[in-house]
Amino acid sequence: MSIFEYNGSALVAMVGKNCFAIASDRRLGVQLQTIATDFQRISKIHDRLFLGLSGLATDAQTLYQRLVFRHKLYQLREERDMKPETFANLVSAILYEKRFGPYFCQPVIAGLGDEDKPFICTMDSIGAKELAKDFVVAGTASESLYGACESMFKDDMEPEELFETISQALLSSVDRDCLSGWGGHVYLVTPTEVKERILKGRMD
Amino acid sequence: MSNSVIEVPPKGGFSFDLCKRNEMLAKKGVNPPSFRKTGTTIVGLVFQDGVILGADTRATEGPIVCDKNCEKIHYMAPNIYCCGAGTAADTEAVTDMVSSQLQLHRYHTGRESRVVTALTLLKRHLFNYQGYVSAALVLGGVDVTGPHLHTIYPHGSTDTLPFATMGSGSLAAMAVFESKYKEGLTRNEGIELVTEAICSGIFNDLGSGSNVDVCVITKGGKEYLRNHLQPNPRTYTNSKGYSFPKKTEVLLTKIIPLKEKVEIIEGGDAMEE
Repeated sequence: MSIFEYNGSALVAMVGKNCFAIASDRRLGVQLQTIATDFQRISKIHDRLFLGLSGLATDAQTLYQRLVFRHKLYQLREERDMKPETFANLVSAILYEKRFGPYFCQPVIAGLGDEDKPFICTMDSIGAKELAKDFVVAGTASESLYGACESMFKDDMEPEELFETISQALLSSVDRDCLSGWGGHVYLVTPTEVKERILKGRMD
Repeated sequence: MSNSVIEVPPKGGFSFDLCKRNEMLAKKGVNPPSFRKTGTTIVGLVFQDGVILGADTRATEGPIVCDKNCEKIHYMAPNIYCCGAGTAADTEAVTDMVSSQLQLHRYHTGRESRVVTALTLLKRHLFNYQGYVSAALVLGGVDVTGPHLHTIYPHGSTDTLPFATMGSGSLAAMAVFESKYKEGLTRNEGIELVTEAICSGIFNDLGSGSNVDVCVITKGGKEYLRNHLQPNPRTYTNSKGYSFPKKTEVLLTKIIPLKEKVEIIEGGDAMEE
């Protein structure tokens, strides 16, 4: 059994027209037993930058606390928020530092950069960045997510269409994975607002 | 064991504090995750005016392709580029680190970086970690002493060659080079040969795929041809795309406005000086 299959997770982020969406499942389990059905995998770093952490939940929480600490220090020094590209580099460096004893997490970073250009990125557990222009996936359901996103994604989608696409991709993929599911949590971010929605999915 | 209450950001280098815990988990039968590798075909050759480097663009995580168009030709110096195969995080980290060290060295000496400098910095780092930093590199560049091409293995050994290939597709690419390489190739002949070698890797090796990246370095400068050839376009997309007649069921919606709506009142009273 792999360490990633201890808690189970599904994360996906997609790019639209001047907007992005990041979605996760809501299950927290200990191998095959479900412990919580409202687990938050996606956290806000600042108004225009979201971080999703899949993999071992304890490492995800520790890593999140470390990153918030570093971001707050940055805000005090620079008197501004971190750009998504800079944040991705920071996460990559923190993960690579533990190259020979890694955190068992795969982060998904999504944010709006300069001129409201959406930025998404994922990494493996030692910080190898993957910058994609369309979508990124992580978690135990990642193989199904790759397939679903590959077929459902279109370029330059409007926010509501993007929400529909990412929700359908997430729900159909977690339905094929025992370790993730119990609904979905989607954040849709445009330059003017952040829409947080909870989806109804199969509760099994 | 540190007794400090405040956690200060570390000064650099590797940190081994999670190793004990991970070893304990491994003993309990919990396997560590697989890292992203760049299965890869990377090549380099020396032509009459300089060096040409080539690479495919597929990144794999186990049997799954996680990135169909990644960049494997990394910048080291304005006149030196490096292709990387092996564990993706290692190749990226090691090339970034040596690139910064070269920049600092350029500031110290006031001179253009030499390829052997990059070579020595890389091989010392890799040998230091006895092959655990799994990066196999093809380093090429043109400096005052002429064009140079080197290969660096994960354990720290290096070779200096007129043409070189590395990665899982290296045998397929080397077959092309061994039959068609000759000294004194022109720029176009060189690019064509490199493209052919990478294509041989893309089509015959399962760990390599997608597009061909080429980088031509000469005394005058460099030319980075990203996606020079795209022999694997996606041909099966439905032009209409997916439409979802049945909408997703939403349980709860929360909207947080980011920009406040500000009302501008025209013709206010002028402020008193």
